[in-house]
Amino acid sequence: MNFDFSEDQKFLANEARKFLEAQCPMTAVRLVLNDDDVSHNQDVWKKIVEMGWLGTAIPEEHGGLGLGMLEVCVLAEEMGRVLAPVPWASTVYFFTEALKLAGSDQQQADILPKIVSGDVIGCYAASEGPGNADASNVKTSFDGSTLSGTKIPVTDGDVATHAVVLAKEGSGASLVLVDLTGDGVTRKTVQTLDPTRSHAEITFDKAPATRLGKAGDGDALNTELLDRAAVLFAFEQLGGASRALEMAKDYALERYAFGRPIGGNQAIKHKLAEMYVKNEVARSNCFYGAWAVSTNSAELPEAAAAARIAACDAFWFASKENIQTHGGMGFTWEVDCHLFYRRAKLLAVQAGAPKVWKEKLVRALEQKNAA
Amino acid sequence: MDFNDTPEEAKFREEARTFLKEHLDAKGDKPLRQRVDGNEFMRRAKEWQKTKAENGYAQITWPKEIGGRGGTPMQQVIWNQEEGKFDAPTGPFTIGLGMCIPTVIAFGSDEHKKRYVGKALKGEEIWCQLFSEPSAGSDVAGLKTRAVKDGDEWVINGQKVWTSGAHYSDYGILLTRTDPSVAKHKGLTMFIVDMKQAGVEVRPIHQASGGREFNEVYFTDVRIPDSDRLGDVGAGWKVAIVTLMNERLAVGGSPGPDWGEIMAYAQQAGTMSDQAFREKLADWYVAAQGYKLTKFRTQTALSRGQTPGPENSIGKIITANHLQDICNSAIEMQDHYGIMTDSDRMPADAIFQQSFMWAPGLRIAGGTDEILKNIIAERVLGLPQDVRVDKNVPFDQMKSG
Repeated sequence: MNFDFSEDQKFLANEARKFLEAQCPMTAVRLVLNDDDVSHNQDVWKKIVEMGWLGTAIPEEHGGLGLGMLEVCVLAEEMGRVLAPVPWASTVYFFTEALKLAGSDQQQADILPKIVSGDVIGCYAASEGPGNADASNVKTSFDGSTLSGTKIPVTDGDVATHAVVLAKEGSGASLVLVDLTGDGVTRKTVQTLDPTRSHAEITFDKAPATRLGKAGDGDALNTELLDRAAVLFAFEQLGGASRALEMAKDYALERYAFGRPIGGNQAIKHKLAEMYVKNEVARSNCFYGAWAVSTNSAELPEAAAAARIAACDAFWFASKENIQTHGGMGFTWEVDCHLFYRRAKLLAVQAGAPKVWKEKLVRALEQKNAA
Repeated sequence: MDFNDTPEEAKFREEARTFLKEHLDAKGDKPLRQRVDGNEFMRRAKEWQKTKAENGYAQITWPKEIGGRGGTPMQQVIWNQEEGKFDAPTGPFTIGLGMCIPTVIAFGSDEHKKRYVGKALKGEEIWCQLFSEPSAGSDVAGLKTRAVKDGDEWVINGQKVWTSGAHYSDYGILLTRTDPSVAKHKGLTMFIVDMKQAGVEVRPIHQASGGREFNEVYFTDVRIPDSDRLGDVGAGWKVAIVTLMNERLAVGGSPGPDWGEIMAYAQQAGTMSDQAFREKLADWYVAAQGYKLTKFRTQTALSRGQTPGPENSIGKIITANHLQDICNSAIEMQDHYGIMTDSDRMPADAIFQQSFMWAPGLRIAGGTDEILKNIIAERVLGLPQDVRVDKNVPFDQMKSG
């Protein structure tokens, strides 16, 4: 049995934690929170680029580190702990993976090295309105060379240089690569529940674009991309949930009421124990997702769904009960609890809400049973 | 990251499989609902235990000098996994070899070890653990069974409860109160007790589930020689902690029907289209996987020769509630029909109805949900212990009820 990260991967996690705690403290997150004109923390982003992390799972021939998805999982968890206010998930989990999955040799050679160097920031544009955006209900359309329609909200849509867009093409759907700095693209920042991450409404008016993969493959590619991204998001959520539990525990030990630490009350102890249980259920399911995504296992659909469902549940519970444990202090702007609550919600809907994943999971189980 | 054995582990697994195939039927070879006669089961269990002991599979991590294999914890896990695939009658020895005998080894005299360890290992003698009492469950140190010194002997009077296997046990380890004038943890003493002597009366408990798997045990003027004391007088709590620490690494599977069973039922019954059910099914799958995969993480630590983290402590909190919820949903899916319990008539042989009545006990046995959460909060997260109003109060001045 070898169901854990390797010593090298744990070393990477440890180094990443030290680095992020030093370079991305909560004050760095609050710089983005407190200023509507700041889309992301550019200093932190620059340092992450310098560390080479954007190329973690990009092949060496394209300037990357040539490591695997397990290493990306490790970094994702650490990013989640510090609520990194940078376009990491959009660029790495979605944009890079879409190019690796469906990009032509030329597209990969053009763009992957620029991701590593920080010249390209990517995003993924699927949502157009309320409800889950899948290939069957997008209206934005691609005519073979240009893209038209509106995507909202697009996480990091206002800072990204490029987008991968889920668009209608003919009777099917395709994934389309578009340069957001080019013609026919209008972007407006939109306000969200999580102001530490920027979002935009992007309108395409005959914007020049190229397809990723074949026409009509959009549905399948979107599904596969989401399966892979779900595992990475789950690690990021796990990091946030773990940190929220630590915050709640630390506060429960230092806050006195009725003459003793509030953490001595079973109502608090049991709440925190439940957080721990949910976090461990999430961690074990995340590990399985990591294994499935790193080995391209046929079990990825179930594994990704289970990791995502468990991680959404863990981060939601930990973030809301962390506020509750902090009492009135937890409801102030100055205490960081609400930042985790905000991020938990963003991460729970950014790659499909839990309800959508529960349905995907049950369908996968049904297919397996039928086989 | 993978789920493979190391070459050494694979070799041991193969050895274990070969041995098991030689001696046992695989699970499922025989019809499940066959009624097993109690005496016949015990005969088979003792025979199987003897075979294991003679071939070095009885207690794999014990040193060879006391009849073990001198193996690794991972080998024990592998053995348990493989043995679990066969129709192996193992139940009666779990508590004795897992908890009682390790306590005898830790605190008993050389004579005790010579007298008891080998026989228990070979299945010739069965042990039970006599800790819980009617007024001392989660707070077991509040027990009242008295041991009073009389010359070289101790005289025991009192009552124990929820004693698994007391009716077929030959010996037990018995936690008693020897000094009620000091604080509750300080006045306890542990003994070895012969369960077959006069004055020991075992009565089955009629459980809420209808079954009678557990017992209450009454001690009336039972005499135990001082030489059968384990540890010092007044040090019984320290001895009990060792017993409880020796609870075997939980490697068993789910204790009843799981997501797979209720999904199979829903498919057969045509209720898979119920959206609320589908969402619950997803949650059950995630919880079951979470539990299974967490055990894999623990095994990984063992396989790497490391001490497992505390993550395994989530086990029973998940499984017991999970079982209760699944059974409840399955019964409600059957609507009025689901109230019936006749296994010939009911879907899945009425396993959902049976486990529905078993689940409340599972949430209590071996640590209630609440105690387990306290343990996680205190030992894993480092939160303060509960206020102990009785901590420094002499036992005989404590409030009880």
